[in-house]
Amino acid sequence: MAVANEVTSKRSGLVSLRQHEERIAFLFLTPWLIGFVAFTAFPIVASLFLSLTEYPILHSPEFVGFRNYVQMASGDPLFWQSLKVTTIYTVAIVPLQLVTAYALAILLNQTVRGLSVFRTVFFLPAVTPAVATALMWMWVFHPEIGLANSALAGIGIEGPKWLASTEWALPTFIIISLWGIGGGMVIYLAGLQSVPTSLYEAAELDGAGAWARFIHVTLPMTSPVILFVTVTSMIGSFQVFTAAFVMTDGGPVNSTLFFVLHLYNHGWRFLQMGYASALAWVLFIIILALTLLLLRLSGRLVYYEAEERS
Amino acid sequence: MTQALTKPQPTMITQWWQGRRSRIFWFKLIIYALLLGLGFLFMVPFIFMLSSSLKDPQEVWKVPPSWIPNPVFWQNYPYALAQMPFFGYFRNTVLLVIGVEIGRLLTASMTAYAFARLRFRWRGPLFILVLSTMMIPFQVMLIPQYLIFKELRWLNSLLPLIVPAFFGGGAFYVFLLRQFFMTIPLDYDDAARIDGASYLDIFLRIVLPLSMPVLGTVAIFTFMEQWNDLLGPLIYLNTADKQTLSIGIAMWSKGGAYPAVHFFSHTMAIALLMSLPPVVIFFIFQRHFIQGVVISGVKG
Repeated sequence: MAVANEVTSKRSGLVSLRQHEERIAFLFLTPWLIGFVAFTAFPIVASLFLSLTEYPILHSPEFVGFRNYVQMASGDPLFWQSLKVTTIYTVAIVPLQLVTAYALAILLNQTVRGLSVFRTVFFLPAVTPAVATALMWMWVFHPEIGLANSALAGIGIEGPKWLASTEWALPTFIIISLWGIGGGMVIYLAGLQSVPTSLYEAAELDGAGAWARFIHVTLPMTSPVILFVTVTSMIGSFQVFTAAFVMTDGGPVNSTLFFVLHLYNHGWRFLQMGYASALAWVLFIIILALTLLLLRLSGRLVYYEAEERS
Repeated sequence: MTQALTKPQPTMITQWWQGRRSRIFWFKLIIYALLLGLGFLFMVPFIFMLSSSLKDPQEVWKVPPSWIPNPVFWQNYPYALAQMPFFGYFRNTVLLVIGVEIGRLLTASMTAYAFARLRFRWRGPLFILVLSTMMIPFQVMLIPQYLIFKELRWLNSLLPLIVPAFFGGGAFYVFLLRQFFMTIPLDYDDAARIDGASYLDIFLRIVLPLSMPVLGTVAIFTFMEQWNDLLGPLIYLNTADKQTLSIGIAMWSKGGAYPAVHFFSHTMAIALLMSLPPVVIFFIFQRHFIQGVVISGVKG
């Protein structure tokens, strides 16, 4: 009897301890839970609903079914234009940034002296405020007196009008994006440094040259990092806003009308909250689809050490 | 083995050695040349910005541009500052940064603490929920959030930009902190529990003090992110007395509400002044910052 009593009291003590821990846990989680409901879950549902309405903010939303989506596909040439601009930009810069950032990281990984100085130099653009760099580039690419065209004039080439020309504005954005590879480079550099030297030694013993070591050791070992940077840079390039807003505001003639700028225009310049919500959902679907596609395509190319071991 | 047996002639060895040494020398030389060239290319826009900010109104228009301004025209800075309420923007930006920092450091670490060190029902599914919110672009939430804050009559104030940070601080930061908290041995918690410490004590006296590096990373990331943000302030802040540097300067550069008589040198002076705080912070906490980028990249 006494023993049984003790056992039950012990068990209930344990249960109450668990319950106590659980209660404390939810206390700690309270801010996040409230925030999740108020600023994430509810907005997602509301945005989905709004995307099916016409909502010129001053009146209450009016349900219109899929009209916004139909409108996008058939009645809004600027939607296609913004999609085209953003897609061209993404297709251009994701591989370009990948190759240049990776190459730069490899250069830095050659046990050079002053590594931290060089790393700082290449990383500095990534910490400079986007508004400030946008203003700086407008000046560098000024058609008449900018640095770029003065330099080109120095070697006898008459430079284009860069941001002021419909053909060159988007390529100018692509050139500028190369200046911001510092973030990716730093991650690649860390990835390269974490490749165990024993692998290189083993490969060298097997007679692998520098190129073979790169293809069979460096690339596979850093492939998860490459995938991560590629996915995030793809997502980021679909969300370009600040540079476009400051430098061109979509112009000239919508040649740099990035998707989020188009969304902003509809939401806050034309006050079409319903249509802007539909645009946001299209953005979400595109990003999700591209992310899944990248993960699927890379499935065989990416080597995960942990997976292999288990 | 074979080398040792065939006893090569000394001249061959020295030749081979010299060959290898000179090969390494040329290799290094090429790498340094490339790095120096690229580094120069990366710095040129900055140098051009600095030099333009110190040119007098005539010299700015000179083609080809001069590198060293003559005379050095410091007056651009006071002229540029007089064209906008720069210090008001600065104050608002600092308030924004401080508000978000406090909210995020506090509530993101609370959330991360629960996920990393406490046992409760639905811990796994709830954490997956945290991660999945990272996948959704913030633009999806932007319009309903705007409407909520409009209902609350919080438009044209910093509240819509600060208050959400007090409710979890963002999934990415919860994730970053949780990963770090997981690395602290649970034995510490058990020992403290035996000594009668509460969970709050453990959080405040053990977990947080041991997590200073990652808290520093979160703080620096937050600083950079908030100093940079344009879309949020653009949507929520309408009048100059409420605006932050990024939106105030962007609008000024478009000639919006202010007299559009600004020369490029004034624009460059303002751009430089705006960049100074994040660049200084970066130089002070460089190690932290780069470490943070690496951790979020490699573990993410």
